[in-house]
Amino acid sequence: MGEGPVASPGRRRIVTPGRSAIGGLVLALLLLPLVGGQYAQYVAIQVLILSLFALGFNILFGYTGLLSFGQAGFYAVGAYGCAKLLLLTPSLLFGVVGGTLLAGAAALVLGVLCIRHTRIYFSMLTLAFGMMIFSMALKWRDFTGGDDGLVGIPRAPLEIPGLVSVSMASMGRYYYFVLAVSLVAIAIAYRLVHSPLGLTFQGIRDSEGRMAFTGVSVRTYRLIAFVIAGLYAGLAGALLPALENTVTPPVAHWTTSADPVLATLLGGIQAFAGPIVGAFLYFMIKDVIVRFTEYWLIWLGIIVVVLVMGFRGGVVSLATARWRVHRPGREGA
Amino acid sequence: MTEYLLETKGLRKTFGRLAAVAGVSLGLTEGTLAAVIGPNGAGKTTLINLLTGLLTPDTGTVRFKGEDITRVPSHGRVRRGLSRSFQIMNIFPNLTVRQNLLLPALSRRGRNLHAVARLEDETGANAEAEELLREIGLWDHRGARAGALSHGDQRLLELGIAVGTRPKLCFLDEPCAGMNPIERQTVLGLMRKLSGQRRTTFVIVEHDMDVVFSLAERIVVMNHGEVLADGTPAEIRENRVVRETYLGAEV
Repeated sequence: MGEGPVASPGRRRIVTPGRSAIGGLVLALLLLPLVGGQYAQYVAIQVLILSLFALGFNILFGYTGLLSFGQAGFYAVGAYGCAKLLLLTPSLLFGVVGGTLLAGAAALVLGVLCIRHTRIYFSMLTLAFGMMIFSMALKWRDFTGGDDGLVGIPRAPLEIPGLVSVSMASMGRYYYFVLAVSLVAIAIAYRLVHSPLGLTFQGIRDSEGRMAFTGVSVRTYRLIAFVIAGLYAGLAGALLPALENTVTPPVAHWTTSADPVLATLLGGIQAFAGPIVGAFLYFMIKDVIVRFTEYWLIWLGIIVVVLVMGFRGGVVSLATARWRVHRPGREGA
Repeated sequence: MTEYLLETKGLRKTFGRLAAVAGVSLGLTEGTLAAVIGPNGAGKTTLINLLTGLLTPDTGTVRFKGEDITRVPSHGRVRRGLSRSFQIMNIFPNLTVRQNLLLPALSRRGRNLHAVARLEDETGANAEAEELLREIGLWDHRGARAGALSHGDQRLLELGIAVGTRPKLCFLDEPCAGMNPIERQTVLGLMRKLSGQRRTTFVIVEHDMDVVFSLAERIVVMNHGEVLADGTPAEIRENRVVRETYLGAEV
């Protein structure tokens, strides 16, 4: 999160290695349905969903310094909300936007209670509220379907009334929809963390006391970060029902809250791309290890422990450190 | 009747049975460089914490520019023109030096909530942060991680953050602690400059009597949570009780 010398706009390079890598990655993602089968598209959607989930989580954890163990609650609100709306009105946009907003509203309500505390007290409160949502998913049978969950959720067409209606029946089309939504959400998150609001979050992470004495209501900004993380968790969850055609209570379980934590630790909390890279690695590790043993989580755990103990910045910081070794002249003033 | 910038009446704060501040009433006038001195445990930092909203008094009131701010939280007091530095270093260690100074500049302009604007495009706040970087002599370190600065430079940076909100009244808790003579002169020079140019009123808590007597126009001596003496440096030097309790043969 360092800062180089102040560059004049006229000297900005249009093509940089970072931008080239992002362009190449986006191109590869666009071409994926042409070279990969349905399974590759399915896994890619899962990676994108976890990326969004982890990206929002990291705005709260990496940028604001609040470790939440209850993000699965908002993920589930997004998933169940979207599923109910899709069952009610077959419109994908309506379902996804509605699910996301419902998760944001839930984050606002629970956030008011959670952000009054910090450190372990905050984490425990989020865990408790997350598990309350899990209990609701499990016990409120009339609304959530209980153990069985909600089934037969249609992959409704992408419909803007009076303008356009695109069928999402094929996996390929749904993949492109998820990719487009993800790219927009990632771009928004990128702009956000590089804005005054993003710097304010980082200030709160570093020193709440000092931040208050710059004239900022720390609680208000903690709540804003919490709601943003809730919206991203909700969006990730809302993309799930149309993929799986079903939503079951485990999406709200605390073990689901661990997914973005693991992905972020794998990729690195100090880099914007950390959660995205981590989400990709999470599925790759799972996919490779599961071929040799069913205890893939143990091996994932070992990898995370090694990374946390040896390379706290995660994989992205390892890569950027190597890059700097080869480009020593690029160190900022 | 004297019009005070900040005025307290019967300010009291107890921790268990200990009265850390035991009924302090005092008034600070605008433009007067003041110092609060006293032995360890005299209640100096608790008093500053009460005045800046970090602690709420058990009884008593705090008025700033005539307004009762006793229950106003810290960030609200900063917006009204109060600021402070801390006894224990309090900066943003993982941000760059420049970003440390950008935060108060953004806050002063009410820009913290802007989620779409790019930091580079915040021209007013950037210019203000850069001006302050030069004033505190950290321009060459502007891109460095604040936590990697030397102790003295971190102290200077903290002072920069405190004055970055352009306060009317700024409390500095041991601003010269652990500084070398050159860094100390930079701090004192900056305080004199801002006091003259921006009419910032500084109140320092300091153990270094050379700093106190070379800078302060008014000295408040505290002991056991109470004001033992209050006056000009000359009056404090001549005060027999203060000499016996705190200064000894030092001055």
